[in-house]
Amino acid sequence: MNIKENIKTLVIKKPLKLDCGKTINNFPLAYETYGSLNKNKDNAILVFHALTGDQFVTGINPVTKKDGWWSYAVGPNKSIDTNKYFVICANVIGGCMGSFGPSHKNPDTNKIYGTDFPVITINDMVNAQVNLLDHFEIKKLFSVVGGSMGGMQVLQFISNYPDKANTVVPIACTSNHSAQNIAFNELGRQAIASDHNWSDGKYLSNNTLPDKGLSVARMAAHITYLSKKGLQEKFGRKLQERDALKFGFDADFQIESYLRYQGSVFVDRFDANSYLYITRAMDYFDLVKQFDGNLSNAFKKTKAKFFVISFTSDWLYPTQENKDIVIALNAIGADVGFVEIKSDKGHDSFLLDVPDFLKTLKNFLDKSYSER
Amino acid sequence: MKTEYKIIVDLIEEKTRVLDVGCDDGTLMESLKKDKNVDARGIEISKDKVQTCVSKGLTVIEGNAELDLKQFPNDSFDYVVLGQTLQAFVNPEIVIKELLRVGKKAIITIPNFGHWKVRLNLLIKGTMPITESLPNDWYNTPNIHMCTIKDFVKFSKIINFKIFKSLALTKKNISNIDNSNLFYKNLFAELGIFLIEK
Repeated sequence: MNIKENIKTLVIKKPLKLDCGKTINNFPLAYETYGSLNKNKDNAILVFHALTGDQFVTGINPVTKKDGWWSYAVGPNKSIDTNKYFVICANVIGGCMGSFGPSHKNPDTNKIYGTDFPVITINDMVNAQVNLLDHFEIKKLFSVVGGSMGGMQVLQFISNYPDKANTVVPIACTSNHSAQNIAFNELGRQAIASDHNWSDGKYLSNNTLPDKGLSVARMAAHITYLSKKGLQEKFGRKLQERDALKFGFDADFQIESYLRYQGSVFVDRFDANSYLYITRAMDYFDLVKQFDGNLSNAFKKTKAKFFVISFTSDWLYPTQENKDIVIALNAIGADVGFVEIKSDKGHDSFLLDVPDFLKTLKNFLDKSYSER
Repeated sequence: MKTEYKIIVDLIEEKTRVLDVGCDDGTLMESLKKDKNVDARGIEISKDKVQTCVSKGLTVIEGNAELDLKQFPNDSFDYVVLGQTLQAFVNPEIVIKELLRVGKKAIITIPNFGHWKVRLNLLIKGTMPITESLPNDWYNTPNIHMCTIKDFVKFSKIINFKIFKSLALTKKNISNIDNSNLFYKNLFAELGIFLIEK
């Protein structure tokens, strides 16, 4: 993953002690911003990206030349209105879009880190990104927003920095990974590790890429982002450019061809080792355990206004897991709203054109902003 | 605004914490915020209505009173309001006990099944009464536990809660209910409004 010229980078000088025990400093954090910061510096929203996202939230991603991952929700007059808000998003550490990650060179050995890169956590990601507030001289964000792994970062952020955001919007997420979540991530990691080209993570030095493994990992994960009903309606048993089954192992069905395509385009934009590191961070995330079994304690110090959103067909981070966050907040009398949005689009609903979701998110933010 | 809501707003003291159970489109919550400076929260079962509330800047969670009151600690609200839905619950006794656990006080309003029109309807036609406030047929009504004002007063003694204030609403007229006029109020009131305590 080449560092392209149009990636903005902040070099974090302050040492950051990682959960694994190692300390990093002078490391790059790649970020992008949209809209403009007002005079009072109180209109900033920090958006956190999900597993395979990056800092290019909206508009055309200058590296992939495709639409930003949250183009439906972020932009002028959209849910997160860039005419009104100053949107900041950073590539997570461990990632592959310019932030410090396993494809970087270790300055001590001058070799690419690969799997020698320290294991990072959601907590580490958030502690790296809080430096952006100092950089922009923002005392308090108007909001922290994110879906999926972005939602986990939202929860960790407000727990670590209870005074640094007015509103908190975790979407389609969880306070800790279930066995099923870990299982799917492990399937992805094993797909990568069993690709001969992965070479114990040293593929960048060897000039080979574990494309097959990474693409299978993406195919498996992609299924978990959709719903059974959504898949059935879109693909059913439709055949791919043929009238009859071919009695072979080619992609006979449209769904096979679709998944293969999703896998093949993913490898062009994502680093296999980053995939290992970020899925590990998600698996390690356990905000309940961090607070000795009582999730409410994670939010005791904040006065922020929460709004939790889940989706009916999301079986990766189902409504009940989102509701557990709501219950923990209600248990301490926090200001929390919650809605489950009806959608057949599965976990991916938050990234797609789901009008009820987009409208509700906009209403919550705009109303909270005008009443702040 | 509905007279019922005006009465509820009058019953609630300023700057208190209020939970509106079945808050509908948030009309009551809005006036509680505006007129009484109340910290208002709502629970609503309909997704559409939750979204309407959010667009009004109200703090509402999508949920079902029978399942979701559990998550609130004891005495976490000064008042819990339950407007015209007690009759729709599977177990009204548990709901009332939950309301009084979560709230220091509760305000419950009930459509009065003892109203003379309802009685006459059943007496003359011999079929389940259908009125303006009870428009459904017996087979599709959500109101599975209808009661009269008298029933509710009796219920307070059975499950042991105090009725602090009881009001009758007839057309737009509000009047107090007491032991001496219970027979008449039970015949003429369309709605009973009760402020109750443990």
